[in-house]
Amino acid sequence: MLKIDQLSKHFIMHIRNDAKIEGFDGISFAVQAGELVAITGPSGSGKSSLLKCIYRTYTPTGGDVYYTDSQGQTVNLAKVEPWEIIRLRNKEIGYVSQFFSVIPRVSALDILTSTQTARGVAQGEARERAAEYLEKVGISPSLWDMYPATFSGGEKQRLNIANALITKPRMLLLDEPTASLDARSKEWVMDLILALKAEGTAMVGVFHDEIAIRTLADHRFEMQSKQMVPVDQEKDYVDEEWFEVYANG
Amino acid sequence: MTQTRQPILEGRKITVRFGPGCDYCRSHPEIEKGRCPHCHTIWAVRDVDFQLYPGEILGIVGESGSGKSTLLRTLYFDRPATQGEAYLSLYHQGQANILEASSQQKRYLRNHLMGMVYQNPTMGLRMRLSSGANVAEKLIAAGNRNAGQMIGRSQQLLRHVEIPVERMKDPPCVFSGGMQQRVQISKATANNPPILLLDEVTTGLDLSVQAKVLDLIRSIQKELGIAMMIVSHDLGVIRMMADRTMVMLGGRVVEEGLTDQILEDPLHAYTQTLVSSLL
Repeated sequence: MLKIDQLSKHFIMHIRNDAKIEGFDGISFAVQAGELVAITGPSGSGKSSLLKCIYRTYTPTGGDVYYTDSQGQTVNLAKVEPWEIIRLRNKEIGYVSQFFSVIPRVSALDILTSTQTARGVAQGEARERAAEYLEKVGISPSLWDMYPATFSGGEKQRLNIANALITKPRMLLLDEPTASLDARSKEWVMDLILALKAEGTAMVGVFHDEIAIRTLADHRFEMQSKQMVPVDQEKDYVDEEWFEVYANG
Repeated sequence: MTQTRQPILEGRKITVRFGPGCDYCRSHPEIEKGRCPHCHTIWAVRDVDFQLYPGEILGIVGESGSGKSTLLRTLYFDRPATQGEAYLSLYHQGQANILEASSQQKRYLRNHLMGMVYQNPTMGLRMRLSSGANVAEKLIAAGNRNAGQMIGRSQQLLRHVEIPVERMKDPPCVFSGGMQQRVQISKATANNPPILLLDEVTTGLDLSVQAKVLDLIRSIQKELGIAMMIVSHDLGVIRMMADRTMVMLGGRVVEEGLTDQILEDPLHAYTQTLVSSLL
């Protein structure tokens, strides 16, 4: 569904004497329907930049991002016209950002409702499903009519994820979706991601959380010196003993 | 492979020049601030190409004097273009250059196919007529002659922008700035135009009023699916409202793209300066 070919990104900062910041270089991988590709690596290694290049928030410097849409047409997200990107974002490509930003002065319930009605779901049905998803991510009903600006960090993040998952996108980009969540919330979110995977959504995610990777990922790569290196999940990538301790709290 | 899409409004090489122009400035499109150092001609808008697609919000940002408002006013026929073409898909199947239309045709376009909200309400409203009459003026211009119907429609429009019916008889000059903008919005949308042009509509309003006006514009856009061009020097407004954004400098478009791309990955030096100035 998604094929990334020799993708690279660097930034030229004209306001800092045209300084060049290297993002990443020559990255290639593919994601099939129902698969999740996890990307790990230290902060600043270009993981989020890669996701943003796929979503076209960043304009790639080189390479191609081929996406096959629901009508079976393959488009190059790296080069297609902006209106085509807007169409795909509205219909089939979702993105969970690291930092939650929503339209101000709209309640949590209304955010999830309007996300669906914008895609043609009837108002009543949208509202019902909005409530269902808020419940699934463990947001207390007393907050449903509140503005998310007043939410805690974890609540915002869970709303963010619910908002991206509720439309059941065909492709989903996840930027540290389980960071800043407590163990219970993490489980709720992982359940939702697993359910979406089972329905065939292709996903690329940036993760730091070992449990999330082991639960969700089909393939795993690590960003090392601007390149993406495959990691064999079967091998003892992490110290098993340490992992046991970590996993059991 | 890629589908094509018909814009609802398209501008090609639109130029607005104040002054005669000389050989130097004609051959130097990138003169600083659009002002010729030799003949002092001002190139307020220069060779601007743009497409506005149905139902989208196109943001236009840039510093004062970059030509954003001039571009909008040229499209609304408030001032003539020196050169260039603009095509509206609902007018002669998008085959006729609206900038060269007769004044009668321009009136038709302004009353039926486009609405405009100005930064300064005195430009969009008759300050001493009642608010109801201001809205009705647009309805009359569109050929409406039934007084009862017009009063009903004006009431409906003003109620929509939260102007209480009992204040319909008050002239806009006794209203607050935010209320005046709301009357302008109801006037501009009176005939359900498919295109709405908004020129710095929240500049000069205090924050809570700004928020109310922006929320109103967003809800109208959602409800009616109007395509909008929003001019603002406030990147916060653009971030909240626009799907795509065009950045203007010295009368020219220096960068355009998805709004999140313009704000997070600006490629042009000027856009980088602009974005880095965000508080």
